[in-house]
Amino acid sequence: MSVPEAVPARFGPGSRVQVRRADPPGHVRTPWYCRGHNGVIERICGNFANPEELAYNRDGLPVQPLYRVRFLCRELWRDYEGNAGDAVEIEIFQHWLEAR
Amino acid sequence: MNRQQEQDAQDSRGYYRRMQSAIEELLILKGVFSGADVEREVKAMDSRDPGRGAKMVARAWLDPDYKSRVLKDGSAAAEELGFAVGPLRLIVLEDTPSVHNVIVCTLCSCYPRMLLGLPPEWYKSRDYRSRVVREPRKVLQEFGTRIPDEVEIRVHDSTADMRYMVLPLRPAGTERLDEEQLAQLVTRDSLIGVTMVDAQG
Repeated sequence: MSVPEAVPARFGPGSRVQVRRADPPGHVRTPWYCRGHNGVIERICGNFANPEELAYNRDGLPVQPLYRVRFLCRELWRDYEGNAGDAVEIEIFQHWLEAR
Repeated sequence: MNRQQEQDAQDSRGYYRRMQSAIEELLILKGVFSGADVEREVKAMDSRDPGRGAKMVARAWLDPDYKSRVLKDGSAAAEELGFAVGPLRLIVLEDTPSVHNVIVCTLCSCYPRMLLGLPPEWYKSRDYRSRVVREPRKVLQEFGTRIPDEVEIRVHDSTADMRYMVLPLRPAGTERLDEEQLAQLVTRDSLIGVTMVDAQG
């Protein structure tokens, strides 16, 4: 089996990113609550087939880099009252991320 | 819930159950899999329980080399103890005196089933899924877990191909316990991160 070509990774750990504020139809695995918000790449998880394509029985190729992005709770929720370091980490595919 | 909502909830459960049986029957008729395959998978699922995760945690508490392997590659560390993880990747999140981890899947109910078995009902509830990312301290408090203000909380939303398990803090007063005794203390909820491990079990 040949290894499918991957989309090159644009970000690395520590990169500052913003999640696209988009609302495409279909099966999307980027939670609504982080769209438009700023975060930092915590790690690269690897390359995975795009679930937005897989959901419709397409091959999901080329595989996409998947990242874990850390968002401070205070960035996600304006009125957040806990520790300023409290954070939510979310897996997000590269095509949802823009450099900041 | 009022009576009408209760009724609706029951009807929709009935609806999905009927839909599931219909699809299962069709897939068997079409030869995609057999009834024996379904039975085997159900048995395999029933054989998994939080004891697997507990064993990994107890081993990691006792063996620093194993712990570093757990944190580097959770899947490989699980396989090392004979627990097949499959295609999803396991990330183990270490609690420290300054960081407390908790897991959720806000989109559906992704859960480290290969190590913990089936998720509890509350884990799949809309209430837990929507609130633990919004007000984690309050939700943990409802589980009886008070996280000191100076400890940072990290909520891990399993949205894609990773699965998460928490490596909780080893409680004080457990220095003389062996691996099996330690594993007995590690509960399912502490592996999800909604409770801490208690030395009294």
